[in-house]
Order: sequence, then C-alpha cells, then structure tokens
Amino acid sequence: MTRSLSSRQLTVLALVLLTIALGYFGRDLAKAMDARWLVKFPSAWVIPFKTWISAAMGWLIEDAAIGAVSFTGVTRAVAWLIEQPYDLMLALLATGFVSGQGSAAQVLLPAASWIAVTAAVIALGHYCRDWGLAALVGACFAYLAVFGQWDSAMVTLASVLIAVPIGAGGGLLLGVLAYRHPLFERLVSPILDLMQTIPIFAYLVPILFMFGFGPVSALVATIIYATPPMVRITIMALKAVDPEILDFGRMAGTTRRQLMWRVLVPSASHSLMVGVNQVIMLTLNMVIIASMIGAGGLGFDVLAALRRLDIGAGFEAGIAIVVLAIAVDRLSQAFAERMGQVRRQAPRSWAARHKRTVLIAALLAVTWLLGRFSPLLLDYPESQTITTGAFWSDTVQYLNVNYFDYFEAVKVFFLSWFMLPIKKVLLGIPWPWAIAMLTLLGWHAGGWRLALLCGVMSALIAVSGLWAKAMVTVYLCGASVILATLIGVPLGVLAALNSRAGAAINLLIDTLQTLPSFVYLIPVVMLFRVGDFTALIAIVLYALAPAVRYAAHGVRSVSNELIEAGLVSGCTRTQLLRHIRLPMALPEILLGINQTIMLALSMLVITALVGTRDLGQEVYIALTKADTGRGLAAGLAIAFIAIIADRLVNAGARGARARFGLES
Amino acid sequence: MKKKTASICALALSAMTAASAAWAVESNDPIKLTLHDWSGQLINTKIMGSILQEAGYSIEYVQADYIAQFAGLKTGDLHLAMEIWETTGREALDDATATGKVVNVGETGLMAIEEWWYPSYMKERCPGLPDWQALKECSEEFATAETAPMGRYVGGPVTWGGFDEERVEALELDFEVVHAGTDAALFAELESAYQRQDPVVLWVYVPHWAPAKYDGEFVEFPPYSAECYSDASVGVNPDLAYDCGKPRGPIWKAAWAGLQEKWPGAYGIIDAYRISNEEMSAMVGKADLDGVDIDTVVADWMSANKDRWSAWIAK
Repeated sequence: MTRSLSSRQLTVLALVLLTIALGYFGRDLAKAMDARWLVKFPSAWVIPFKTWISAAMGWLIEDAAIGAVSFTGVTRAVAWLIEQPYDLMLALLATGFVSGQGSAAQVLLPAASWIAVTAAVIALGHYCRDWGLAALVGACFAYLAVFGQWDSAMVTLASVLIAVPIGAGGGLLLGVLAYRHPLFERLVSPILDLMQTIPIFAYLVPILFMFGFGPVSALVATIIYATPPMVRITIMALKAVDPEILDFGRMAGTTRRQLMWRVLVPSASHSLMVGVNQVIMLTLNMVIIASMIGAGGLGFDVLAALRRLDIGAGFEAGIAIVVLAIAVDRLSQAFAERMGQVRRQAPRSWAARHKRTVLIAALLAVTWLLGRFSPLLLDYPESQTITTGAFWSDTVQYLNVNYFDYFEAVKVFFLSWFMLPIKKVLLGIPWPWAIAMLTLLGWHAGGWRLALLCGVMSALIAVSGLWAKAMVTVYLCGASVILATLIGVPLGVLAALNSRAGAAINLLIDTLQTLPSFVYLIPVVMLFRVGDFTALIAIVLYALAPAVRYAAHGVRSVSNELIEAGLVSGCTRTQLLRHIRLPMALPEILLGINQTIMLALSMLVITALVGTRDLGQEVYIALTKADTGRGLAAGLAIAFIAIIADRLVNAGARGARARFGLES
Repeated sequence: MKKKTASICALALSAMTAASAAWAVESNDPIKLTLHDWSGQLINTKIMGSILQEAGYSIEYVQADYIAQFAGLKTGDLHLAMEIWETTGREALDDATATGKVVNVGETGLMAIEEWWYPSYMKERCPGLPDWQALKECSEEFATAETAPMGRYVGGPVTWGGFDEERVEALELDFEVVHAGTDAALFAELESAYQRQDPVVLWVYVPHWAPAKYDGEFVEFPPYSAECYSDASVGVNPDLAYDCGKPRGPIWKAAWAGLQEKWPGAYGIIDAYRISNEEMSAMVGKADLDGVDIDTVVADWMSANKDRWSAWIAK
C-alpha cells in the first residue's frame, strides 16, 4: 500500500515520536533544567482527597441518619434481609438445620446428602435439556465428592445461589428502568462504570462497616461486582428488540407492563442469558476475595492451601471452582432455553407430571432417614476421596530444578527489551505534557466532550498525588495488553477458522477465566521469582479471554457474500484473511482489546499480592491498614484510567466501523 | 468428616454441660472467634474455642481477614481475635483500642521473631554467617540477574513494615530489597530456591512451619533497642538510625470491649490463656508438614494438657 501521508497524519506521527523521545530522556532533561517537578508531581500541590473521603465515610457510618433511623441501621436491615435466604440455603446444603446458636446448637436435620444433591442436579439437567447435559453436571458434582471438595463446594454453591438471582434479577430491573427512563440511564451509566472499574479491595472496608462481618458482606461485595454487566446487557438487549415486534405488541392491546414482561423481555431473552452467564462467571471470580472477609468455602481452601505452599491442594480447590462454574452456567443456559419454549401440558395428576421432583424428594427423605444409621448416605466417605496433589507439586519442582535457567533467560530478555523500556518512557513523560497529549487524543478521537473527559480525569489523578503509581499501572497494563493481543487475536482467528481448534481454545479460555488466578500465581512465583514479570504473566493469562473471544466472533461474523466475492475474484486463503476477514473484523477486535484492558486493570489488585508497586498495591495496602480514603482514592484513579482507555478505544472502534461502512 | 466430629462434639458437650450445671454461663449467645488462613492461628484459636466450650460457653468460628477483622471487633460482630502480632498488627490494634471499642486482653505467651533468614547451605558460600558482617563480604553470592552486582533480599509485603531499606543503608550492605506481596509469595521464593539449592536470604518469622521444614538460621544483627530505631547516633553507624536487628514481641489477644461485660467468666479464661512457642511450633509442624488434621492436633493438645486448661477455667 503506497499512500502518501496527509498532513494531519504527519502531525500525529510527529507528536507520538516526540512524546516517546520526551519520555525516554525526560528524567535527564528535567534534571538538566533543574525542573524535577516536571516528572515528579510536587507534593505541595496534592489535594488531600483521601483524607476527605475517609472523613466522609466516617460520618456516613457513625453519624448519618434520616430522622431516627441511622444509615448503618438501614444497611444492617438490608444485611438481615439477605441473610435469611442465605442461611436457609446454607443449612440445606452445608451445615444442616440446627436449633440454638454456635457450638450449643443441636442438629435437627443434617444437610442434604451428597447423593440427593447430585441426583437433583442430574434430574435438573435432564429436565432442562437431555441426558447429555445431565451426565455433564452429574460428572461435575461427582468430581466435587470424589476429590474431597464437597463440604466447601456446598458453602460456595449456597452463596452463588443467593448472589446470582439477586445480581441477575436486580440487574434486570435496573436495566428495564433505564430502558424506560432515558434520564435514569444517563444517571446510572457512570455509576456502572465505577462499579466495574474500582477494584473490590477498595470498597471492602466500608462494606464491612455497613453490613457487618461475615458472609453477607461478602455477598454484597460480590453482587456489586457482578451486577453491572447484567444492567448493560439488559439495556442493550431491550433496545435491540425488533420494532415490528414492539408494534405488534401494541396492536394486540397490551398494557405497558404486559408489553415489557410478555413481549420485550421474552424476545430479548437470548441476549439476557449472556448477562446471566456473566453474572455467574463474575460471582465465581469473586470467591477468593469473598473468602478473605468471611465467606469461607472453596476460596478459603485455595488461600489456606497456598499459604502452606500446598500447590496440589490449591489447584484441586481451584478446579472445583471451575467445575462449579461450568455446572451452574450450563444449567442456567439450558433452563432459559427451555423456558422460551411453550409446551402443552397433558392433563395428568401432579405427581405424574413431576416425576423427577417426586423422585428427588423421595431420595432426600430416604437418605435423611437412613443417614441416621449409615453416615455414608449423608457424607461422602473420606477414605474414598482421591487426590492428585503430589503430582502438581512434583511437576513444579521438576520444572524448577531442571529448567529454571531457561525461564530466567526468557525473563531477562523480556524485561530488558520489552518491559523496562516501556516503563522508562512512561515514567519519564512530564505530567503536564501527558495531560495535554491525552486531551488532544480525546479531541482527535471523539470531539471536545471526550477531550474534556480525558483532560479532567488525568488531571485529577495528578492532583491526588498518584501520578507515578498511575504510570507504573499504565506500564504494567499496557505491556500485558500488548502481549495478550499478540497472543489472543491469532488464537481467536484460528478458533474461528478451524472448528476443532476452536473447541479446544474455548475450553482453555473458560478455564483461565474461572480458575482463580491465585492458583497459578504461586507456581509462577516459584519459576520466575517475585517481580513485574510474574505479574505480567498472571495478567496476560487472565486478560487473554476477551481478545480471543471477540476476534473469533468478529472473523466468524464477516458476511458470506463478501467471502464469496473474494473467492470469485481469485483470492488465496491468506489473501482472504488479510484483505477481507481481518479488516472487516477490526471493530470487533478493537472491542476485544477494550475488554482486555478492563480485565488487565481488574487483575492489578491480585498482582499486588506478588509485590508490584502500582495503584493496585496502593489499594491493597489501604485494605490491610483498613484505610478507606486511601483505598478509594487509588481505586478511583484506576477507574479513571479504565474509563479514559475505554472511551478512547470505543471512539476508535466507532471510527473504524464508519470507515468500513458498517455504521454511519 | 469434620461435620460429623463437630456434631459428635456438640452432642458430647451438651451431655456434659447438662451434667455439670454448676458451670452456669452468663449468656448462651455464641462467642465469635476469628479464623485466618495460617495454621498456627487456626490451632491457637481452636484450642481457645475448645477450652471455652469445655467451660460451657457456646462458640462460633468466623473466617475473617487479619486486619479487616478489626472492623468487626469494633462493632461487636466479632468477639475475639487470638493472634495479633506485635510486629505486624500493633498499629491496627492500637488504633482499635484507642476507639474504646476493642480491648487488648494481653499476651498469648507466643513470641514473634522476624529477621533475615538463610538456608544452611549458604554457610559454605558465605563462611562468616550468621554474623551480619559476613553479608558485607559476600553480597554478590546473593545477586540475581536483575540486581547484580547487589545482593537480593526478599522482604515481606510492604504492609509488614520492617524498615529493611533503612537497615540496608545504615549497615552499608550491598543489597537490594525486593518486596513479596504476600506471605505465600515469600515462601514460594524460599521453596523454589531451596529446591535448587540456590542462594537466597529472606524475611522469615516464627512461629511458622518454614524453619521446621527447611534447614537454616537467622542472621545475627546488632540487637534491637528502641534507641537504635529512634536515635541516629546510637548503634554501629553513628549517622543513621535502624542500624540493628528487628524488634521481637509478643502476640496479643484482642477482644470486643463488650465481651467482658457479657461473658465475664469467658473473659477470665481468655485472660489466663498462655501457650509457648515450642508447643506451637510442634503443632504447626504436625499440621503443615505431616498433614495431620488441625482438629486432631487440637484434640491431642486438649487431652494432653487437661490440668492446665482446667486451672484456667477454675480461676
């Protein structure tokens, strides 16, 4: 492609090169000019946001009241409301029904037997789809029993069964409200942005104060984290419903309520299920962090195992989380599909119509009754559990002892030729210049509104005194996103073009997303030592998924007519890919990169656990010192970075789409 | 099966409390004890819980984060935390007691030691150890590609404090301090180096399972004194503070301020409770290295020390 650059492109190129040069020599330059304030934000100019936030939080928790009802009184009441169904679920699945409290409690009825629970999910699988699904979820639950994860898994399952309906249902209601009232949508949109981008660690401490200690706080934190995608997808799905269907509903004389719940929501149900899937995945993502504030269950097992450096046990508990995620997700998908179909009911007795329910109820009663004589029916016998623990520890040891030098060489190569140069440039750019460039970029990509947003947000980061840490954050995320894109996009294209590879890649991506990153973080530390490179690996592994998914989706959805047109004009396979598939998929790929950036940023708090020195670490320190203001200030800075990146990439994607005529 | 033993225990306990109605307890509400994610703390807490149960109190274990638990202790959602380390938790504990909503119930009898630690095989490569002067001579032995020619010292998470950067400067050691983000990452470094018999020097603390699993010892720095930290002129380096080792200190028990009022008897037992480093190290070793179930370890201690804990209850 020979095309002379327009003067506008030339200016952009020159500015980019100038910024890089400025960054590379920034420190020396600032020193030579005796103007260190250019690269290091002067501490005298810092506005003490964190003290203000702490004071506001203190007031909210201790003094705030509406009349006689204090703010904490309200939050405690909410906590009580959530606690009731949770306790019921926990009793049924894990602890058994008891009278009395604490250790004085008498067991009235033990928890449901593992046989009954497994039979119930198999029956549910069969009811929702077929024997294939039944076998899959049955195998999942059998894994939990056989690998000795049953008790913890049931605690986790209980919290998932409470968090997911509240998150999905609440998200749906908020989405409907936002669809009906555009003003509400405009109000809720920035709040959703913050909910998705502020790291959970930042608001854990205030939540503990408001909702009390224990599983309920963990549930609330989980719900805050998992709900936003549901709201967004609901709004999007409702807007995307074919207007003809809407007109049809109106012609049939529906009321507003009927139109919403009988026409709109069912027509959008397919997209809505994507939201439910996201809620489930995010809920299970939170399991580890929730266990830090008292949720217990599998997350706690992972943490405790890794503290003993028992890699195998950590891995097995981690896989149990993946297995649980797969079972709950597949069941909910199938359930929604079945709800969409209308079936005529045969006029038979209740019991005849509900064979499975009757069977399970009977099984439950029988195991409870006979369980008094044979504990085997209630608890899976411990002597029959198997473990692969030693295998994983041995594998890591083998790699460590025999291949450490190679790992070291790879690490040094990446550090000195890839990561450190990026770090040097980013930390060297004078902050006034960086803010100016971001504003200009915003203006170039999306007009004055975006320019204003970029300018104000980056300036806020600077005046809160977090500039250097923010730049380390951008460096770590930027390097990870570049790597994740380089690996993820080709994988996605491969998955789209070859269905067999696609299936394998899909499984890999699902596992990477639900396997708690803490599980592989510790072996990675053993092989690569504590430091930025270890964090980079962890972030890339976690943030890979959307790059792959969106690339695959983009390549798959290129219209057949275009492909045929290419074939007719004699394109080879490579040409087809290079000149038709990839350019047409570019907007989707850009959206995938956008999501990759979001995930990379959300991973930062986890990588703080291996000793990075960025905003994630700042949030983590604030958590361990229970410093609300410090945590929220750093959390907001991360959110600002995320929002700037999101808006810029989205504006870029829109531009790309417009260029290819996909959107006007 | 944990649940089964727990229910059997509860049954046995209810039978016992019925028999010995002489031990009337002030309130039947459960006393909530916090559990963290390291075995020593689990053992310590479960022993305390078992003793309280023996005394007729109803108890409940709640999983909680080490620092975040203070939020719960202040509001009375949680009642007792058994391990607040002088070295890592003192700041949070002082903050909490200053509000008047949390009280320090005194020492557990455990002494925390935190210091630079190296595996024994390093003595061959750096013969002067454990004296700290030796580190000056052979800092290059501890170097890695990233830190060379400086040695590499793996410190604890930033939140643990410890003043290692200051120590390195004050004692003129050619070391670079690298912070591990968590306890798990810290000991993963040790495990990895130990498997390869590679050089390593890092922050280790006791009571912990690591000194039992790996053969090695603490570096001997000039002994800690409060003046050494606060006054630059004291110590080896006349111009800088922190030219000595780290302080050693007790592990405290912390409780919700209302506990004494609601369960005065229980408060007395908690106050009397003492356990030693040796006992704890042995139990942690059993649990983490030999794979013995924590409940079994606790039950063994309870049956072996019946006289001791009976005396605490009788007080």
